[in-house]
This record gives sequence, structure tokens and C-alpha cells, in this order.
Amino acid sequence: MTKKVLLGDDAVALAALHSGINGVFGYPGTPSTEIFEYIAQHRPKDGSVVANWAANEKVGLEEAVGMSFAGRRALVTMKHVGLNVAADPFMNAAITGAHGGLVIAVADDPSMHSSQNEQDSRYFADFGLIPCLEPSNQQEAYDMTREAFELSERLEIPVMVRLVTRLAHSRADVVVRDPCEKNELNPAHDPARWTLLPVNARVGYRKLLDKQPAINAYSESSPFNTLALNDGRLGVIATGIAHNYLQEALADLDLSPEARPSVLHLCVYPAPVEKVRRFVAEIRSRGDGAEILVLEDGYPFIERQLGGLLGLSGVRLRGRLDGSLPRAGELSPDSALRALRGEIQPPPLPSALPPRPPALCKGCPHGDTYTALSAALKESGATAGAVFSDIGCYTLGAYPPYEAIDTCLDMGASVSMAAGAADGGLHPSLAVLGDSTFMHSGMTPLVGAAKRNCPITVIIVDNGTVAMTGRQDTMATGDALENVVLGLGVAREHVRVLKPLPKAHDEMVRVLREEIAYQGTSVILARRPCIHVR
Amino acid sequence: MNANILLAGVGGQGILSIAFVIDNAALEAGLRFKQAEVHGMAQRGGAVQSHLRLSDTEVHSDLVPEKRADIVLSVEPLEALRYTHYLSDSGVTVTSLTPFVNISSYPEIDWVYDRLLALPRLVAVDAAALAREAGTPRAQNMVVLGAGADYLPLAPESLERYVRQLFARKGEKIVDQNLAAFRAGRAVGQYHTALLESGLSPEDALSLMRRASGRDIVLDSAPIWREAFTGPRAASLRARLQEIDPKTLLRLNDETATLARERGSVLNDGGE
Repeated sequence: MTKKVLLGDDAVALAALHSGINGVFGYPGTPSTEIFEYIAQHRPKDGSVVANWAANEKVGLEEAVGMSFAGRRALVTMKHVGLNVAADPFMNAAITGAHGGLVIAVADDPSMHSSQNEQDSRYFADFGLIPCLEPSNQQEAYDMTREAFELSERLEIPVMVRLVTRLAHSRADVVVRDPCEKNELNPAHDPARWTLLPVNARVGYRKLLDKQPAINAYSESSPFNTLALNDGRLGVIATGIAHNYLQEALADLDLSPEARPSVLHLCVYPAPVEKVRRFVAEIRSRGDGAEILVLEDGYPFIERQLGGLLGLSGVRLRGRLDGSLPRAGELSPDSALRALRGEIQPPPLPSALPPRPPALCKGCPHGDTYTALSAALKESGATAGAVFSDIGCYTLGAYPPYEAIDTCLDMGASVSMAAGAADGGLHPSLAVLGDSTFMHSGMTPLVGAAKRNCPITVIIVDNGTVAMTGRQDTMATGDALENVVLGLGVAREHVRVLKPLPKAHDEMVRVLREEIAYQGTSVILARRPCIHVR
Repeated sequence: MNANILLAGVGGQGILSIAFVIDNAALEAGLRFKQAEVHGMAQRGGAVQSHLRLSDTEVHSDLVPEKRADIVLSVEPLEALRYTHYLSDSGVTVTSLTPFVNISSYPEIDWVYDRLLALPRLVAVDAAALAREAGTPRAQNMVVLGAGADYLPLAPESLERYVRQLFARKGEKIVDQNLAAFRAGRAVGQYHTALLESGLSPEDALSLMRRASGRDIVLDSAPIWREAFTGPRAASLRARLQEIDPKTLLRLNDETATLARERGSVLNDGGE
């Protein structure tokens, strides 16, 4: 028996290695990044397991599907909003199905510690009609990921492993098992299955629907969904790590046997309908005061399914929707305890302490770029105009002392929003995004903007790395990035290269003013490595 | 046995290094643990925290419930105040006194200290000074870990073993500096506790702490400090509190000096 200290993310990674993957793919994003990185660091040195960051999540998932097509096991990792980017292959790979085991590890971020929303990936699994396993602790993160590969091959379907920040980034001791052998190269020989022409897709979709009873049967019999009946009038359905908070609260309450609630712990989706039916019938039979409380870290997914449009008859349903728990944000042992006691959830108290938000590092090149940009905009005398920004360290330009950006929507949106605003008559219309975000999703809007010579100025702050998530390699930087920009059709004389440094301030302001004044598409490459890159 | 620990500080101050040491010492002691930490955006100079729970039985929640923390261990004084609602009634706050000022709204430091002084149990060390004395200003996190070591259910030798392991790949010099920082923090932390146990007011104790040097205070000398402030000459000592520092403390108090010699500890530059 080997015991290791692992993050939830690490546990998924090690389980994937032990499941005999031939590769991991994905795009960095908190809180999922460490899954890929653990594999990159701990894979065998002989090159038998590839670890390739992709340009974006869509590419990463497609690469993983390709590896699965070849008969090999593959893992793809991303954060919840990354799954939006990968939604197209996600929905369609459910129809082609998997050949080699294909596991999609998605890390959600309830409370938005490092994200622009807290969407719940279980909806995506449900939408795609694929199984989803949601571990409640680091040990289960390991065990369920191993299980997910088996399940994927047995049912020939991609399987999602859903983590939340609190598990992804929490460490505990994990017992690991012996690794298994890798699959041999064994490409799929069924073009009709893999070629989603409408005529084939209809067949594939029917097959996916026909798999559902087997998926449901798996969920019904899974030991990861546990039912414990007790004598109280309260039933609690806890999903994933919410069960930990429940256990914590129950230990605190130390209830008498007749008051102890029944507990249904759900970790496998789709939910086991028969088990849920039995549970609800049992609670309903307790008569007056029968209640079911649903604890979920994420959206009220099971709570909505359970209540449907009209609610449960004969049982009061409690959870995030009736105010028993806060509608937004991650659960805590405290909110779970209050919900069990039927107490009102207090609004968060305003702190007497000044907040300490994250900030650009001292000496960061982005700071010099923003200082110059603000000066150039001021000097240009523009009364309207906007700076559209993007996802990365430079989003921190929203905070003082810079307060230099007006928007941040999603990866690559800086360029497309700037173009749309310019089309609407806004000038100057600027975009600020990093080299990696540009390669992720900024290229595609730029090619259209350049084609129509849309009057925007795109500033690519090229620090040569994916800095925010821990300095992963970028797809293109320096001259390679410049060549991409030229190749997308931006006129050579309006592709300007600057080195953001305090001493270059005046020149930067001059160049920025020239390009802001230009009534066409221009790109400024503000090129200086991240101070953390040696 | 349960221990709930809130680690706090500013991104980049090495909170996760403290967690690494405690996690591994806990594992060595055969304890179960969970340790929730912050990655990503917040690490860029923002407020960061890590919840660490040790137990001899299974740990359920990755997060410490409110009012259940036995220790708030903070590498920054303002950050120590951010998590006081987690402290249990008997909880202790172990913090650095060295402010990390990267926000324009950072309060006057005396405002911060006044709030720290209002906490029921406080161990506060001048982490920057102690780390510098130990040879590297970067070791403030190890000073604070040392200051909290006697409040953890873990053997100090075990903690030292993982301090060593944590820095091993950076070479023997870095290892030694960090071990020295850990030990200085521990000794000075004991000193603060001894001062308070001797009945010194929190304000007086803190004013001495702001002058405490790791060169003058060695490990396990708490009985000596207690003796100094409760013995026959305690009254005269207390009256002159503003003038003294730990180095002169023993010279002012012959009795304590004798005690120190007997114990063969305390002053390593006693000839001064």
C-alpha cells in the first residue's frame, strides 16, 4: 500500500497515469492546471506519455478524441469556462463515442476564486448525455478517475470527472494502487461511426440514446452513490464534496438517533433514479415535517431535477432555491450547518479591513504598457473610446493605480468586442490581450477585422508565457507571433513592436498615438518577457 | 486530537511552504489531514489563505468552520486580522509584525497592532528582523512557522526535518538559513508567551517583542524570562521597560543572569 500527499488535481493526474494513458491534453486554467502539470512532471522519462498543452480547450479535447480513436487512453483537462470553448467537440464526441478510454477532467470554480462565472459542468454532462463522476475527496478523485477510464471503454463513451476548486486545490493523503498496462495502438475501423454526416449522426445519436439505460444501471449500482437511512424526518441529498460539510455539521450537532437525518450521497450522474425514488418515498412516509435538504457545491442541479417545475408532493424541498442555502458561491461547513438547523443564512459581513486584491508584480511589463496607453489616450484627446481587455494577468490593469481597461468577457473577446464597437462607430477602439490568449481565441476575430480593415488597435502584451496560471509554454511569441499577425492579414506598416519599459515611455506613447489615429486595423506587439521567466 | 490551522499572508510570502512542512510532519506523526490552498489569480500579491486540518480520525471538511481555528498563523499582521472570525475561544494568533504594504489603503501600523493586541492570545514576532539575522529576508515564513511550532501537535524536530527537505535542493546554505529562521522564530515566540504569562500587559509585551532579537533569545529559555518578570526585581524591571532589550535584560537582573548561566543558555554574547 502506497500513501501519497496529493492535491485533488494531483490525484486525478496520478490515476490517469496509473490507468495507462498515452497522453494528456488541455489548456491551463485555474483550478484545473495542476492536473496536466502533475502528469508532465511525473510521467515516464521515455516519452511514452505525451503532455501537450493545446492552443485552446477545443483543440485539446479534439486531440484527446484523436488519441482515443487510435485506441489509446487519453485525458483532457480544462476549467469550467474552458468547456464552453470545447463545447462543440464535447457534444459531438458523445455521439461518436470513445474507443480508447477518454476522460474529460473539468474543474469548476464555485465562488469564482479565479473565474468570471461559476457555471456547473454537471449540466454539460447531462446535456451531452455522458456519465459524470464527482469525487468528494482526494482518495475518490484517484479512485473515480481510474474508474472513469474503465467505464469509458466499457460503454464506449467519454466520461467527465468533475472537480470543484475546494477539492482540486486541497491536499490530503491518498492510497494508490498498481498501475495498469497501456493500450496497444488499435485504431478504430468504423468510418461511419466517426464521420458525423447527418445520415451517420442520426445512427450515432440513436446509439447514444440506447446507451442511456446502461449508464443509468451503472449509476444505480455504483458504490459511489450511497444511501443511509435513519429515523429523522429530514433527508439530506449531498452531492460530491457537500457530503464532507454535512458530515462535519452532523458531528457538531450530535443528534439523538431519532432525530438523525437520512443521507443520500450522490457522486455519479445521471442520478440513480430508483435510489432517489426510494429515498424520497422513505422521507415522505415520515409524515408531517418531512423535508429533503439538497446540498450541492455548484448550481442547484439535483435540486432542480428533483423539484422539476412543480416541486415534490408531500415533502418540503429545501436547498439553494428556497433560500435555505445561499443561491451563489461555494458551500462551507458553516452554511451547511445553518441549513441543517434551519437558520437564516446571514449576508456576508462587510470587513473593516481594506481588501488586498491581486496586483501586477513590481516591474511587470504590462504595467508599463498600461501607463503608456493611458497617457496616449489622454494626449489623443479622445472623448469616447474604450479599451477592451481579456483573460490573463493584464486583467489586473482594472485595479488602481492603472484602472486602464473597460471590459473582460472571455478568452479572445477583446479583439472581437473592439471590432464590433468600432463597427458601431466607437473610436478609438482598442484591444489588450496576451500572447497566449491571442493564440487561444484572439486570432480568429483578428483575421476578420483585418480583412475589412476595421479601425481597431490591438495591443498584444507578449510576455512569452501563460503567466497567470503558472508560466506554461505559449504557442507563439516574439517573431513567431509577429509572423502570425502578418499572416492574418494585418498590414506590415501597422504591425509595430515595442519594448515596454519605463525608459521607453515616450516612444511607446508616440507609437500608440499614431496607431490610435490610424483608421484601420493595427497591432502593437508590446514585447518583454514576464519577470518570472528566466 | 484535532487541530485546525488557518495560514495567512500575501501571495508570494511562502504560505504553501509552511503548509508543506506541517503536512509532512503530520503524515510522519500518523495523523490524517486536509489542506485547502489558493492558487491562480489571487497569488499575485493578493490576500491568500490556507485551511489546514489535522486529526487522528478522518477529516471531513477541507475548510475550517468558523470559530474553530486553534491557530491563525500569519506571515503578515493585517492578514492575521482577516481571519479572526475563525478563531475558537481559546485560539491563538501567531503573526509576523512586519507589514507588507502593496495597497494604498494600508492602515497605520499602530491601528493594526492595536487590533492584534485586542485578541485574546497573541504571539507576534518581528519576522523581517529575525529572518535577516538568520541570513535571508525571504525566510519570514519560517520564522512565523517557528513561532507557532509550540502550538502545533507536532514534534519540532519533525518540523525541522521537513524544513530541511523543503529547501534541500537549494543547497546547504539556504537550508541552514531557514532552519536558523525557524529556530529564532520559535525561541522568540516562546519569549512572547513567557512575557504574557508573567503578567506583562499585552502592550508592554509587544513593545519588547518589537525589540527582540534572535541573537539574544535562545530556545527553551521561557522559564528564565518568566523568572525575570516575576522574581524579586520584577518591579524595577517593569518600571524601566522602555529602556531595556533582551540583551540588557539579564544584566539588569543578576538573579536571572545566574539562572541563565546555570542553564548554560540564553546569552551567547554574554561577555558584552
